[in-house]
Amino acid sequence: MIDSDLMDLYQEIILDHGRHPRNHRDVPGATHEARGHNPLCGDNVKVQVMLVDDKLSDIAFTGNGCAISQASASLMTDVLKGLSEQQARELIVAIQALLKGEEPSTDPALADAIDRLMPLSGVSGFPMRVKCATLAWHTTRSALDGQTAPAKTE
Amino acid sequence: MSVSLVHNAKRPFDVDVIRADFPILSRTVYGKPLVYLDSAASAQKPDCVIEAEGNVYRQSYANINRSAHALAGEATVAFDAARARIARFLNAKSSDEIVFVRGATEAINLVAHSFVAPILGAGDEILLTELEHHSNIVPWVMIAKEKGAKVVAVPIDEDGSVPLSGFAERISARTKFISIAHASNVLGTILPVAEIIALAHARGIPVLVDGCQMAPHGKIDVQALDADFYVFSGHKIYGPSGVGALYGKMAHLSKMPPYQGGGSMIDEVSFDRVTFADPPARFEAGTPAIAQAIALGVAIDYLNNLDWPGVHAHEADLLAYATDRLREVNSLRLFGQSQNRAAIIAFEMPGIHAHDLATIVDREGVAVRAGHHCAQPLMKRLGVHATARASFGIYNRRDEVDVLVSALRRAGELFK
Repeated sequence: MIDSDLMDLYQEIILDHGRHPRNHRDVPGATHEARGHNPLCGDNVKVQVMLVDDKLSDIAFTGNGCAISQASASLMTDVLKGLSEQQARELIVAIQALLKGEEPSTDPALADAIDRLMPLSGVSGFPMRVKCATLAWHTTRSALDGQTAPAKTE
Repeated sequence: MSVSLVHNAKRPFDVDVIRADFPILSRTVYGKPLVYLDSAASAQKPDCVIEAEGNVYRQSYANINRSAHALAGEATVAFDAARARIARFLNAKSSDEIVFVRGATEAINLVAHSFVAPILGAGDEILLTELEHHSNIVPWVMIAKEKGAKVVAVPIDEDGSVPLSGFAERISARTKFISIAHASNVLGTILPVAEIIALAHARGIPVLVDGCQMAPHGKIDVQALDADFYVFSGHKIYGPSGVGALYGKMAHLSKMPPYQGGGSMIDEVSFDRVTFADPPARFEAGTPAIAQAIALGVAIDYLNNLDWPGVHAHEADLLAYATDRLREVNSLRLFGQSQNRAAIIAFEMPGIHAHDLATIVDREGVAVRAGHHCAQPLMKRLGVHATARASFGIYNRRDEVDVLVSALRRAGELFK
């Protein structure tokens, strides 16, 4: 029998996104781009965003890492695509709460987005893995901030 | 002196007797017995070491080499006795050749700063190997950059061994220093250190040996190796964290400038002039890790009292058994299968990242390391981003390998 916390962490949807990450590609002519790196484990990610009229018309990532980091990046791109920059930034804050096992407080308009990110909540039972899940989100924030230095989880 | 030191009579090796010395091994994680296979990162501590550190504080704690009172005297005597134990463990000629440091990292930085930097010029080279730990790469890259010098890495073979020819081909008039692991923290490869040193000395090149992964597996003879410097960390040889040792030939140490300035390392001080103490005090600025150093001496006593032929046979058996059992796990890829290895196995399971693997086996109570093992150049050489690693200590058993293997199979099922 497999431990129930493990089943929460590696839900089928997480395994699926980990194996077949969505939007794992380049965004040609991206307006925003950043690289992220977890120096302790070596995971790395590049996030590219196309921001048109305050809307994330496209977002994609490349890089490599564990199933959690890949699934988180994949779900992130799925969920953020089509949102406004302000909404994307709100979700980046909300996901931190979710990964710590707290109730994320957001705009009711984002309730559906939060629902779609719930499969990541199993990470909260694994404090050593939270950084795997946050890497892509930190990197997206760096991209939106227009920062050139790579985002780091340390 | 009231700091008690262990003097067990030598007993034939029995892993269950050893296990009883390590209290942490009887705990459970997630309701399962702990299977600790991460000793290469840090080894667990026997009761005598834990007690010794506590007893320093309970009975004989004061700053050393300073005050004249009874406690200061007891602490100083115990601290010096620990230094003498390390000297014997390494077979150094004299205790004065042993410098207490925070660990191997500080020891290597000390040698880089005080021995190598002053002799390094633009265009000079420092020779390492591809399998070094970051602690034996970064200090050299830092001083090389400062001096316009270059770090050259001797390549490893497909099986993870480091052939002597790689050194012979790269040593040149520009080579000023060689710094190599005695054993790899990822592949377990034991390097032909004595031969490398002989080759280097024939060209007048001094050699530092990073003994972090070798010292846990038996006594070291720095004189037989003819090492110029030998370093290890206390926490990897069943001693406390925060303390380690640098061995240096007195001929080198006596000529080296200090690494840090402060208390304890001086002869005379005024505002315009300072003269320095002789080694080892010259390199021990400030109050050291007193209780930890004394407890490290006790860890060395513990090791000295082991039946080493028995330990070696046990570790060799574990390594062979683990290698065979891991090979049975479908698609598992083992890295570094050189003939002469310490009890360390790095592996990966295609389709499962090492971090996921480590998290899954952890829930079965199994502690393994996952990641780049502070050896990114080696990961690049192996063509991977990360691996999992099982490393064995004197207290591990075959049945723990079985637990690892079934946990890995479980991971395979979860990710299939």
